[in-house]
Amino acid sequence: MEQSILNFYEKSISMKQVLIDAVIETLTMSLVSTLLATLIGFALAIVLTVTDKNGISPHRYTYKILDVAINMLRSFPFIILIIVLFPVTKFLVGKHTGTFAMIVPLTIGTAPFIARMIEGAFKEVDRSVIEAAKSFGTSKVQIIFRVLLPEAFPSIISAITLSLIIIIGFSAMAGTVGGGGLGAVAMNYGYYRFDGTYIFWTVFILIVLVQIFQSLGDFLYKIVKH
Amino acid sequence: MIDIKHLSKYFNNQKVLDDITLHVNTGEIFAIVGHSGAGKSTLLRCINGLEGFSEGSVNVLGQEVKHLNESGLGALRSQIGMIFQNFSLLNQKNVYDNIALPMKVWGYSKEKIQARVDELLKLVGLEAKKFVYPKELSGGQKQRVAIARALTLNPKILLSDEATSALDPNTTKSILELLQEINTQLGVTIIIVTHEMDVVKKVASRALLLEDGKVIGLGRIEELFLRPDEKMMRFLGEDEELPQEGVNIRLFFPSNVSYQPIVTQMARALNLNFNIVWGKLEKLNDHVVGSLVINIDEQNASSITAYLQEKTEVIWEII
Repeated sequence: MEQSILNFYEKSISMKQVLIDAVIETLTMSLVSTLLATLIGFALAIVLTVTDKNGISPHRYTYKILDVAINMLRSFPFIILIIVLFPVTKFLVGKHTGTFAMIVPLTIGTAPFIARMIEGAFKEVDRSVIEAAKSFGTSKVQIIFRVLLPEAFPSIISAITLSLIIIIGFSAMAGTVGGGGLGAVAMNYGYYRFDGTYIFWTVFILIVLVQIFQSLGDFLYKIVKH
Repeated sequence: MIDIKHLSKYFNNQKVLDDITLHVNTGEIFAIVGHSGAGKSTLLRCINGLEGFSEGSVNVLGQEVKHLNESGLGALRSQIGMIFQNFSLLNQKNVYDNIALPMKVWGYSKEKIQARVDELLKLVGLEAKKFVYPKELSGGQKQRVAIARALTLNPKILLSDEATSALDPNTTKSILELLQEINTQLGVTIIIVTHEMDVVKKVASRALLLEDGKVIGLGRIEELFLRPDEKMMRFLGEDEELPQEGVNIRLFFPSNVSYQPIVTQMARALNLNFNIVWGKLEKLNDHVVGSLVINIDEQNASSITAYLQEKTEVIWEII
């Protein structure tokens, strides 16, 4: 009897530790990937916006090539993309499993998505505002950074929030094919050992994380939106 | 100041501007008038190079627009302000930052920008709204901010593209008064694109009438509105239903005689009766001018014309 209580106690301590470690891993994967994917997506979005046929400096082939490449990457089911990218991941990180390795497919998988979202935010900017900027002699580079970026900034904040939440979901998926984090815990403890409490806690923690980041994103949007 | 010669522009094989020649003098308010789709905004955008053109020449401030490279065009544009129908303000920037933007783009120092923005806020009467965002402003206030922004770099020319079309009549009036003030006090040459005849009549000294990309009238507005030819009449949507019998005489009252009771004086002096069959008074640039058509039987027509010729300053013609 005493033994089983002790067992239970030890088990709950270890579960707590497992979950805490998993949350840290999930957050590391998600936040670092979001940051990298945002940087890449932002650069891609600028090229798309500038070279679009109604853009500041239209260039049909550049736009078309990027457009097709982005659509191709976006059409991969994420789990397949992780596997396809194993060699790339191994080349960049040295191995293709673990928390840091998963940052590679997460970044590559979501950068095109973020690029599209930011491109959309840029396209929402009233064309006549860009025309007005041109009318007093604003250069193309200045139009991007002094007009498009400030005007699209609140929408970009929303886009990043949405992407972060999608990445949290993807990171859980990555956990099932060798990544760490909450996905791996749910898989290893919940699915293989058939322990329902792990499933419950991982799902619960994911719900809380998504709520926190969405509220944070909404709050930031309200601050920057005029 | 602005010299446009034989300007033509095609868009998808369609001629949107057709052989336009016009000259805008320094310091005047010039109007480009037309119904929507006539090509007037396109013509305006050829002046600051926002639109290219196919044939002809556009010379602005001594420079041929089509020969300018990107930096040359930028430099020219810094001397030409422009305002728009939907104000085109940055919604994420407050009034101060909107007005300061052209100077920031051109790398002016912070002190210079501050001094200039304060000066402009005073000119457009929005000192109290310095740190307010555009969404909290009325349409008229937004256009005032846009005007201040267009004047930031001390331009020689101001282009106005339907700037009052989204505003109510009273606000339109106050914006037009502001534009007149800018024209007379700062000596800025203003080109107004509009489809509102009242705007043209109130502020412009000369106008160009555009229909389907073609010039159908060009001249001083007194002439255009007071003695409209057939095309102009159709343009203004005016129909005259004149009697078929007898003689119709059209009288034009220039501003110096428009308040004199000429018609009744003439009737008494000649002891003749005639019919007034059409007439209107117009206020052009604060002058009142009028036009009247009288109908009279043929044997008395010559005494009327003789009277008009000798005793009055009225301009007349038999139609």
